[in-house]
Amino acid sequence: MTRFIELMLNGISLGSVYALIALGFVIVFKATEVVNFAQGSMLVLGGYVTTRAHDHMPFVPALLVGIAATAITALIIERVLIRNARGADVNALAILTIGIDILLITELTRRFGSDVLTIGDPWGNKLVHLGNLSLPQARLAAITVAVVLLSGFFAAFKYSSWGVAMRAGAEDNEAAALMGIRRGRVTATAWMVAGLLAAVAVVFLTAFPSPGLDTGAREIALRAFPAAILGGLDSTGGAVVGGLAIGLAEAMTAGYSVTFLGGSLADVIPYLVMLVILLVRPSGIFGTRELSRV
Amino acid sequence: MSSALASRLRRVKLGTVCRIILVLILAVLPLYLDNSLLQTGLFSMAAVVGAIGLTILTGAAGQLSLAHAFFLAVGAYSYSYFAGVKDPSGASKAHGLGMPPVLAMILAVATAGVVGLLFSPIAGRLRGIYLGVASLSLVFIGSFIYENARSLTGGFNGRPATEFDLFGFHFGPEHPPLTVLNIAFGRFERLWYLFLALAVLAYIFGVNVLRGRMGRAMQTMRDSEVAAATMGVDIRRTKAGVFALSSMYAGLAGVMVALAFTRVTPDYFILPLSISYLAMVVIGGLGSVGGAALGAVFVTALPTLLSRYSGSLPFVAEPASGGYDAGKISAALFGVAIVFIVIFEPGGLSALGTRITRRFRRNKTEAPATEPKRAMPRSGTVTRTQEDPV
Repeated sequence: MTRFIELMLNGISLGSVYALIALGFVIVFKATEVVNFAQGSMLVLGGYVTTRAHDHMPFVPALLVGIAATAITALIIERVLIRNARGADVNALAILTIGIDILLITELTRRFGSDVLTIGDPWGNKLVHLGNLSLPQARLAAITVAVVLLSGFFAAFKYSSWGVAMRAGAEDNEAAALMGIRRGRVTATAWMVAGLLAAVAVVFLTAFPSPGLDTGAREIALRAFPAAILGGLDSTGGAVVGGLAIGLAEAMTAGYSVTFLGGSLADVIPYLVMLVILLVRPSGIFGTRELSRV
Repeated sequence: MSSALASRLRRVKLGTVCRIILVLILAVLPLYLDNSLLQTGLFSMAAVVGAIGLTILTGAAGQLSLAHAFFLAVGAYSYSYFAGVKDPSGASKAHGLGMPPVLAMILAVATAGVVGLLFSPIAGRLRGIYLGVASLSLVFIGSFIYENARSLTGGFNGRPATEFDLFGFHFGPEHPPLTVLNIAFGRFERLWYLFLALAVLAYIFGVNVLRGRMGRAMQTMRDSEVAAATMGVDIRRTKAGVFALSSMYAGLAGVMVALAFTRVTPDYFILPLSISYLAMVVIGGLGSVGGAALGAVFVTALPTLLSRYSGSLPFVAEPASGGYDAGKISAALFGVAIVFIVIFEPGGLSALGTRITRRFRRNKTEAPATEPKRAMPRSGTVTRTQEDPV
């Protein structure tokens, strides 16, 4: 039972990190209809800048620098590239972000070489003991930070004028524009928020017990794709549910070492879960179903 | 009227003549190229076949797929399985059926098609971008299978691919020995002609598919699913069918890669391969078969050519020196090319070519310009029902 609870907590912690990344996908998709394949390299970028900044300053300011760098990069991508391709179809825009991803990751790979960087988070390899449970501090910190960020986001989404503008834009772009909503500002903020979420998520992806940060973190970000998809690409709540589902599934299969063909099933469980869900609901659990009648 | 017809005939002829000349040039090239360039050529021709399959799926039918690497792997592994035999020394655990290689090649392509069809409950139902992300999962699930299903795939070290054999003519190093114009025809030269024939067939087949009934159906579906369904196109069947067709192309490309490598290893069929196929078809111009072929050669040959001539190119850094070496330069170039093409010239190289020839022609004959093909459609309007609770 202790083992089960430990795995649950591990799964929730991993899941909340996935939820942060998946939320980044969803916000960007809602605002600009772009599936952002560059999110993975944005994540690596955030981690890289944070680590480099940490050489000169304490962790928290360094993280802020990392967040700022990622958000500004996202803003530049949105302003310079996505905006100029407005009106292109969803697939073309997705391909555009793949191009951006190739560029970013090539430069980052060159800078990384074969290094594995430690991001310098304050939790190190300390453990927390609760009764006979023991968990890495970083895992609990991940849950706490995710809860704070997610509730902040949902509050903003529901009550702030940005949130209202964003929802209106997602519902009907033209009507929103006619009602005086400044679409450019909404989409720019959406991209920046996605950048922010990526820069925060990378801290917990690379914290103990992970070995550290290298460009492989990009592949971990891709595992958040199933989270966003199975919740429904245009549902913010779905991103959280999807993230937790994927995180729990992964932690459980890894923890109980479920094997298939002799390999650990945890490597592919996010994708398997996604395929099964898509078989039943092609637009994800909470996604908008597009209906058309002929 | 008659002059329009005449100019049309002249145009068709000119294009065909150019293509025939190109094939002839390719046919004499093995007499001049060394082995490393020949090998680059072999990989380029394999990529041409694969890219034609992807441009039919992503360009003509508008279904984004990142699973191409997976279907290449299906082709490569099943060829090696059907044609291979169990290693007598026991170094590899992989089994094989020991079929004749021609049969194995045909079966491998069929297997890739069947696997593509098996994915159709998903491929046929998903809309637009959902398919792109769902197909991503096949690459990762695939990697898991290649490394773990050892009796089929040989695991981490892969398995050897039996050399090709066409009715007694062997495509191995020197059996039977063959010399043409004082050039000894080894494995690479022989495979070159096999690959050239396959690439030309794939090209002709692809052009005809796009021109035919199925191609029209796909393109209508890409532009508007509702309109296509109104015209009697069965959307699910078309989606599943085009997915299977593109998988078969990928399967053939996989067989070709296996033959060129003489080995099938899991580390080749990973996500970057899918992405470079996407780069090929985008650079060539989505939906254009000729463009896909051009893009395939460009994307495949550029890294090797850059590293081959890196000594005389000042901007190419040594590998692993921390600078921009040949691989990184080409990766960055592909990234830039994709970004620029999506923003400025969605038709890619093929649209660029059409534009140039049209300008050339207009200067001479003032021929009326035809409406250019839209390779990347603008998103259509779809009725939505809002169910999102948030």
